Formats: sequence, structure tokens, C-alpha cells
Amino acid sequence: MNDFDWEVFRTAIGQTFFIVSISVVVGGLIGLLLGLVLYATRPGNLLSSRPVFILLNVLVNIVRPIPFVIFLVAIQPLMLTAIGTTIGTNAVTFALSLSAAFAVSRIVEQNLLTVNPGVIEAARAAGAGPVSILLTVLVPEALGPLILGYTFIFVAIVDMSAQAGLFGGGGIGDFAITYGSQRYNWPVVYISVAAMIILVQAGQFLGNYLARKALRR
Amino acid sequence: MPPSDIHVRFEDVTKTFPGRGRKDPAQQVLRGIDLEIHRGEIFGIIGQSGAGKSTLVRLINGLEPVTSGRITVGDRVVSGLSERQLRAVRREIGMIFQQFNLFRSRTVAGNVAYPLKVAGVKQPERDRKVARLLDFVGLLQRANDHPEQLSGGQQQRVGIARALATDPSLLLADEATSALDPETTQDVLSLLKQVNRELGITIVIITHEMDVIRQIADRVAVIDSGHVVESGSAYDIFAAPKTPEATRFVSSTLRDRPSAATLERLRVSHPGRLVTVRVQDRPAFQNSLSVAFLQRDVTADLVFGGISELQDRPVGSLTYSLTGGEGSVDELLKQLRADGFDLDEHEGASR
Ligand SMILES: Nc1ncnc2c1ncn2[C@@H]1O[C@H](COP(=O)(O)OP(=O)(O)OP(=O)(O)O)[C@@H](O)[C@H]1O
Ligand SMILES: [Mg+2]
Repeated sequence: MNDFDWEVFRTAIGQTFFIVSISVVVGGLIGLLLGLVLYATRPGNLLSSRPVFILLNVLVNIVRPIPFVIFLVAIQPLMLTAIGTTIGTNAVTFALSLSAAFAVSRIVEQNLLTVNPGVIEAARAAGAGPVSILLTVLVPEALGPLILGYTFIFVAIVDMSAQAGLFGGGGIGDFAITYGSQRYNWPVVYISVAAMIILVQAGQFLGNYLARKALRR
Repeated sequence: MPPSDIHVRFEDVTKTFPGRGRKDPAQQVLRGIDLEIHRGEIFGIIGQSGAGKSTLVRLINGLEPVTSGRITVGDRVVSGLSERQLRAVRREIGMIFQQFNLFRSRTVAGNVAYPLKVAGVKQPERDRKVARLLDFVGLLQRANDHPEQLSGGQQQRVGIARALATDPSLLLADEATSALDPETTQDVLSLLKQVNRELGITIVIITHEMDVIRQIADRVAVIDSGHVVESGSAYDIFAAPKTPEATRFVSSTLRDRPSAATLERLRVSHPGRLVTVRVQDRPAFQNSLSVAFLQRDVTADLVFGGISELQDRPVGSLTYSLTGGEGSVDELLKQLRADGFDLDEHEGASR
């Protein structure tokens, strides 16, 4: 391993952690909010509002199928106004957070829809208001599947953060391309791949563990 | 009855579900409902599936808005209130459900604490209250368990404790025992009776089970395709239903009257005229019948029937095959009717 720069590798791992954790947290929160709104405004639900639901629903349907690398390019104007740059780790993090938010919104909406309407009825009968029911009944009732959904998103974010390496976004993917494949240095590629696998496995393990706890199984 | 003793009043209430287009047209589920539910009573609402029972109780706490008409709870008109105004009303009305609808994400104690949290009851007070309620329903030991660790009957007890958390004066029970086995049904019904007698809470209980009405209802409304077809004391309705709908319904639950198929079979094996006599709560009911049969020299074969008890009084009917000399059965029937017996002859019997 003559040509392996541990210093650069550590930096790359640090960047991946940065991109992934910010995207999971920011995308997760925005997605949670969007998902709650999607769920609540659906006709017949707690805050049913056809216009809001249709608007959001269409928006999510448009954004979600766009492949991330194309999305990254497509939102460059937005990036420029929001964070002042279109390249580098910050740009990737910004795009990834936004993309994740849309994916999360569907996962949140779908999991809330599986909650037994009877418990919502019970909460309403107890005199609870819609926002309180959303946050203190629906989210806790759907917590197990929600954690699994977020785990799924985490893995997808790790995946996309590596793809962003193609655009010089930093992180392990970038490292593997710049120092590995472009220099025909295969050990670098394999070590990068191994690092990704470990990261994904760790995330999946933690997600499964937390979901099991939430579901008491 | 002074107005203050009427706890819930329906005045010409209708409910129509809008529907969503050509394939799902608007559906009128309740039509012209007038009802008075008295403070402190157990009021039963009985009717076939789809009759509109659940819809009717859900109007009381505003889970569904009325389409027209007026509903008053206590001295407050609740129909037409906004969702926000209804929240305060709902805290004074408990509700329990067929499927219990407990929060799986909360412990038993957490479920009972929920309405208190919603009402803003603060900590030591909340715990005290939860403990008292769990003690009342006999589940204090299970406070830290989760709902799925309990049996159906125990889950319904938690449901009852949760419904009572905010000291409501009215409890709505939608098929509260329909998911339970007969024995557990007994337990839950006696708990509801205790809630009514000891805490003085008015209970509106929906059911399609005669047994539930028989055991705890003071008064009943029979509803059929969105109409209240009959209402009154539970005994009166079961002992002497006035409308055909109520009769059909009551006999389908009492199963004391022979069905058409049973009548066919009875006709084959019994040559006599088939007559059904309604059991009445009068002294020596059976004896006076036997005496009349003897006097007219009529042979009476008991071929079908059923008697059960409601509010400690008998209800049901007996079907006899009557044979006798020329004209004697006719005279017997005439005499019995004159004596106030309630008879139904099944025509087409004798040829
Ligand atoms: N939210 C709704 N939207 C449209 N139609 C409804 C709705 N809720 C109930 N209905 C209809 O209203 C009618 C009465 O329903 P309801 O649930 O009140 O009957 P029920 O007497 O309680 O029946 P069951 O004994 O089966 O519970 C049914 O035909 C049902 O399809
Ligand atoms: Mg019902």
C-alpha cells in the first residue's frame, strides 16, 4: 500500500460523515414536516385541504423520480442563491438534504396512513386537536416503521453521497474516484468500498435495533 | 320530566354523507331523529348492521357534524360548533369502542393519562388520577404493561378507564362488548353498570345484541334504516314491540318465534293450528293458559318458544299446536284475546 494517503482518506471519511449526517437530519426533519402535511391535508383527514394536498402531492411526484445526479445539476440556480456555490461538499449536502426531504415525505406519509384510524378517533374523542394528534399520537404509533423508513433513506443517502463524488463533492466516493480508479490504484477503491459497506451496515444495524425496540419485538 | 334531567336531546336530526361522485352517491344515513336521553340512565340503541347506530352516537360528541337538526348535551347546543369549540365538549364526554382503540405506543397508564395530558392536568395530580382509575377498573397491577399484553376484556377496561379520565358525565359506548366472548362481555357490562350506578354517569350504549340491552339498558331506541322506529323502556319494547320493524328485530334477537322454515316443518309434524302466544308478566300466566285449554277441551302441544328475562321480568313467546272439536279452537282464541292475551295465528296451518 505504497500509494495510500491515510490523511486524505480520513478527510474523505469526515466529509462523508458531514454530508450524510447533515442530510439525514435536515432532510429528515423537512421530510417529516412535508410528510405530516401530506398526510394531514389528504381529503378526509385531520386538516384536510384539497389544494394544499394536491400541490404538495404533485411537487413530490415531480421531484422524486429525478435521478440524484441530474437533480444536483438541475437545482444549481437554487443552490447559488441559497448557499452561494454549486460545487463542493456544501453544495452536495444542500442538494442531498433537499432530495432526501422529498423521499422522506412519502415514507412518513405512507407509514402514517397505516396507523389504525380508530386511535385517531379515540384521541379526537378525548378532545385533542389535530396538531397534537399528529405529533403525540400518529408519530409515536408509527415509530417502528418510521425508523425503518429513515434507515432506508440513510442507506440511500450514503449511496447518493458517493455518486456526488463524480462532481467533486468530496467524501469517500470522491476519494475512490480521484485517488483510486483514475490512478488505477485498486486497493484505494476496495478500501473505499469497504468503508461504505461498514457505514451502511452500521446504520442498518442501528436502525433495526431501534425499530425493534419501538415495536417491542 | 324537567328539561335539566334530559342529558342528550336530538331534535329532527338528519345526517347525509356527501359521497364522492356518480359511483358513490350521497347517502342519507339518519332521518328525522328525535330522542331524549335522561340524565343518569343507561340508554341502549339497538339496530341491524348499517342502521346508522355508530353515526348517531358520533354526532353526540361531534366526531361527525350533523347535516340538519339540533343536538343538545346538558344545556349546551353541540350541533354546529366548530372543531375547536367541540374539543371542550368532548372532554366532558367519554367514549369507548368496539376495537378498544388503545394507543399501542403507550403503556396502560399512558393510555389512561392521555386525556389528562390533553386537558393540561399536571404531574402529581395526573399520576394520582391514573392510579385511582386503574384501581377502579381492577388493573392497577398492569399499569406498566402495554395494551397487547392484555386480554380483550382487560383492554376494554383500560378503554373505560381512559374514557373516564376527565370525569365525564356522559359515556358513549359503541359496540363496547361486540369483540368479546360471552363471559368477558358479562364482566365489562357489570363494570359499565358500576360506572352508571356508582359514578352517576349517563351511558349511551350501542349494540346489536339483545343480551346487552337485557342486562343493562333502562331505555332503548330501536333504529332501522336511519329512523328511530320505536323507543321506550327496555322491557316494554322487548315484551310488546309495537312496530313491525321492532317486532322483527326483537324476535330475531330473542329467537322465540318460529321462522318461516321452522313453521313449514312444524306444519308437517303437527296437524293442529299453530298459534304464538306472547309471554306476559302477569300472575299465573302459564296456568291461566292451561286452564283455558282444558275448559275448551283443546289439546295444546307446545312446539316452539323461548322465555328470557329483562329487568327481572319475563319476555318471549310460546308457540302451540292447537287441536280440538268443531269450533272449539276458534272459541278458545276468542276467549284468550278477550282475556288480554297477545296471540298470533300462523295462517295456512289447518286444511
Ligand atoms: N364516513 C362515512 N362516509 C360515508 N358513508 C358512511 C360513513 N360512515 C358510515 N357510513 C354509512 O352509513 C351507514 C350507517 O353506518 P353506521 O356505521 O352508522 O351503521 P351501524 O348501525 O353502526 O352499523 P354496524 O352495526 O355495522 O356498526 C352505512 O351504510 C355506512 O356505509
Ligand atoms: Mg357501528
